[in-house]
Amino acid sequence: MRGEVRDGRIVIVGASLAGLRAAETLREKGFTGSLTLVGEEPQPPYDRPPLSKQVLLGRVPADRTGLPRRRDVEAQWRLGVRATGLDPIGKRVLLADGEEVPFDRLLIATGTRARPWPNPAEAALDGVFTLRTSDEARRLAERLDAGPRRVLVIGAGFTGSEIASACRERGLAVTVAERGPAPLVGALGGTLGALAAKLQRAHGVDLRCGVTVTALEGDGRLTGAQFSDGTHIDADVAVVALGAIRNTEWLAESGLAAGPRGVTCDAGCRAFDMYGIVTDDVFAAGDIARFPHPLFEYQLLSLEHWGNAVAQAEVAAHNMVNPGPRRLPHLTVPAFWSSQFGLNIKSVGVPTFSDQVVIAQGSLKDARLVAVYGYRGRVTAAVSVNQARSLAYYQRLIETAAPFPPAPGAADQIESPVPVPSDVPDPKLLSHGPTVALTGHMPDRRLTVVQPAR
Amino acid sequence: MAADTLFQRITDYAHRADPYPLYAELRESRVARQEDGSYLVGTYHEIAALLHDPRVSSDRRNRTAPDETGIGEEGLPPAFIGLDDPEHHRLRSLAMWSFGPPHTPGRIDAMHGEITRIVKDLIGGLAGKERIDIVDDFAYPLPVTVICRLLGVPIEDEPQFRQWSDAIVAGIDPSPGEDPAERQRAAAEARKTMALYLGELAGKRRDHPSGDMLSAFATGHGTDGQFTQLEIMTTSVLLLIAGHETTVNLITNGILTLLRHPDQLARLRSDPTLMPLAVEELLRYEPPVQMLPQRTPLADIEISGLTIPKGVPLILMLASGNRDPERFRDPDRFDPAREDNQHLGFGSGIHSCFGAPLARLEAQIALNELIQHLGSPRLVEDPPPYRRSPVLRGPRHLLVEPG
Ligand SMILES: Cc1cc2nc3c(=O)[nH]c(=O)nc-3n(C[C@H](O)[C@H](O)[C@H](O)COP(=O)(O)OP(=O)(O)OC[C@H]3O[C@@H](n4cnc5c(N)ncnc54)[C@H](O)[C@@H]3O)c2cc1C
Repeated sequence: MRGEVRDGRIVIVGASLAGLRAAETLREKGFTGSLTLVGEEPQPPYDRPPLSKQVLLGRVPADRTGLPRRRDVEAQWRLGVRATGLDPIGKRVLLADGEEVPFDRLLIATGTRARPWPNPAEAALDGVFTLRTSDEARRLAERLDAGPRRVLVIGAGFTGSEIASACRERGLAVTVAERGPAPLVGALGGTLGALAAKLQRAHGVDLRCGVTVTALEGDGRLTGAQFSDGTHIDADVAVVALGAIRNTEWLAESGLAAGPRGVTCDAGCRAFDMYGIVTDDVFAAGDIARFPHPLFEYQLLSLEHWGNAVAQAEVAAHNMVNPGPRRLPHLTVPAFWSSQFGLNIKSVGVPTFSDQVVIAQGSLKDARLVAVYGYRGRVTAAVSVNQARSLAYYQRLIETAAPFPPAPGAADQIESPVPVPSDVPDPKLLSHGPTVALTGHMPDRRLTVVQPAR
Repeated sequence: MAADTLFQRITDYAHRADPYPLYAELRESRVARQEDGSYLVGTYHEIAALLHDPRVSSDRRNRTAPDETGIGEEGLPPAFIGLDDPEHHRLRSLAMWSFGPPHTPGRIDAMHGEITRIVKDLIGGLAGKERIDIVDDFAYPLPVTVICRLLGVPIEDEPQFRQWSDAIVAGIDPSPGEDPAERQRAAAEARKTMALYLGELAGKRRDHPSGDMLSAFATGHGTDGQFTQLEIMTTSVLLLIAGHETTVNLITNGILTLLRHPDQLARLRSDPTLMPLAVEELLRYEPPVQMLPQRTPLADIEISGLTIPKGVPLILMLASGNRDPERFRDPDRFDPAREDNQHLGFGSGIHSCFGAPLARLEAQIALNELIQHLGSPRLVEDPPPYRRSPVLRGPRHLLVEPG
């Protein structure tokens, strides 16, 4: 029994951050069996955060963000080929090239892709971009190099805001359109959203909130855009930053609890089937996973965070090669960072899981602060702006469910610590998704489905 | 009873050569209240938590009992090491502007060649000697020369500011039970004289800038604001002292530790690429800064089930945390290849060591070159005589005979 755990065949679908880290961890933990990584993208695993930052600024070429390797993973790499299906009975992954890969245990790490512009004809205009892959980043960076007259960014979540920041740093004219009341409001709430809005405008962004883009115009090439308030702008580049779609379509017939919100799994990264029964040989990690978190009332969380992909992949890998009693839960406190408009933003906990917020250190005026979020009287998140060093302290408050608002007494408490509503909008009000989604307790499909005979 | 006198025993010179058993005793009580009302913390996780706790101040003026160190008596405001954010941040960033990222990321890296030259010169001077004092002949002159070049202070004035520096370091020594008044008056005097000296140097650079840090401080830069003359004085005193009082101990403790572990010495000699990791281990195993004696809670802080009251002196025993078995496996073992070595040698949190990149580079080059050139040296005296300070702990002399 023990021997079996360390050998056999493991297949990982999704050869990016979570997939690679899981593969490395499997070998670190003594897995000696055969390992196959299947990835749709042709290039070896690379890092995405620099794509919207250093790459767009032209500081790092798009093909130079390869992930550092911690060790050789001794795997068969099946790159440039999509997984199209999963046969859970025959324990095979089906590939687009017609091949099948058998497995004893499977890790699903297929992440997300950029949500495309909904009108295909408009999306096909030359000058319309999305940003998720290094290929997309390369093409967008080239276009920015060419010096467009105006860039339109649709959606002011983290990715959209970072793109706008990079464009301004290059001296390009930028319009940002956001359906919600402010940039970043979906992830950070109203107080910091207002700060972000002020900063974008101070950096010369033509920021338009509470509007949507109703049409992209052009004849072959993008020339401009129409807004819901009746206004119109000229633009020769548009970046669609409307959030991400989870890559679960290939699992449609698998009988797993996989849907638009991700693959539901337990705290040990084991996937549930559609009846809510946990599997023992199929695991999920990274942006694709949707898992219960005790600090947030066991609600299912979907995260789009680099650190979560790493931590969850390590836990999944550990559990794939360890018998039941030695398995670990993935209970990491969510953490996220972003850099834009000269700000270093870091977040711990889940800011959207909040009803109130207080500026516990620093001030909005100086754009150097720590905002602490609370839900029903306990601390659930903290976000620092240019002041990351004390976040460890707030992480402990989150982990210990410390009372909200936190007691005053910080050395650099400048603003009066009065909690205000956190103003986290309904995600439906946003153009993009929040980077943390609370997705409720239930697997996606609540119907009873009769398993088709095979 | 034991806990009451623990800090006295730690600071007692008799225990300077090996304070580690006392630290083990401290860790047992986790947080130890002392007779004079101060609190000692010696466990890793608790220290790390307090270093990141925004309710812990570095500004001694927040103590409830009047401060007795004499700092401030000379009419100078504290340097950034003794201030809290946002003042600390402003001054530290201004100092960082000409030292590190984001504005001057390459400065320290670019000193690689120069530091190697200085090291080789010093080693050249050792040739033919039958007895070497690692401290006076090598570990002290190296960082002094480097920090002087970096700041733009004439090395000829070294005997001068060595006296001042000795007096200032003596002034921060916590020696419970002894009347520190005289030492502290001398420290205040030295601080003032040194500040005036550096202020005057900076004044000259204002008119004739020469690419060093004092010039950068004096001429100002960019959009991030500018130092006042008084701030230049306090900041450069801090950097000049911190720039050499600590690195000398890092290098000396390093050689001493390696001589006590000949197998590791041989390993490092045959593979110099291990040195960066070995220096990290030295910072854990024998940290030059043993404790941070100047923290003060701004609120009652509960830690390990105990409440540290607002306004009391809070002393964080970094060297003890570095040997905490709850954090480091086999903590009393010197293991240059140790993984997951997040030591407290440079502190942590907003005050984490400003000069860390420089100290690392100097120690790596110095130790690598020295062990290549010394053959199999013999320790003349073990333990060697130590400096007085329990805070900046290290041998005063380290006599070796080259093999
Ligand atoms: C522009 C950008 C900036 C970001 N910045 C930050 C940041 O600053 N901070 C932060 O915390 N996070 C950031 N993130 C998020 C972070 O990159 C993600 O959380 C992380 O990449 C998730 O890793 P993953 O391995 O789970 O998924 P992904 O990185 O999405 O990888 C999934 C992989 O699976 C492949 N795949 C999908 N379907 C299939 C299939 N059917 N068959 C085979 N392969 C398939 C895909 O091609 C892809 O390579 C950013 C993301 C982007 C796009």
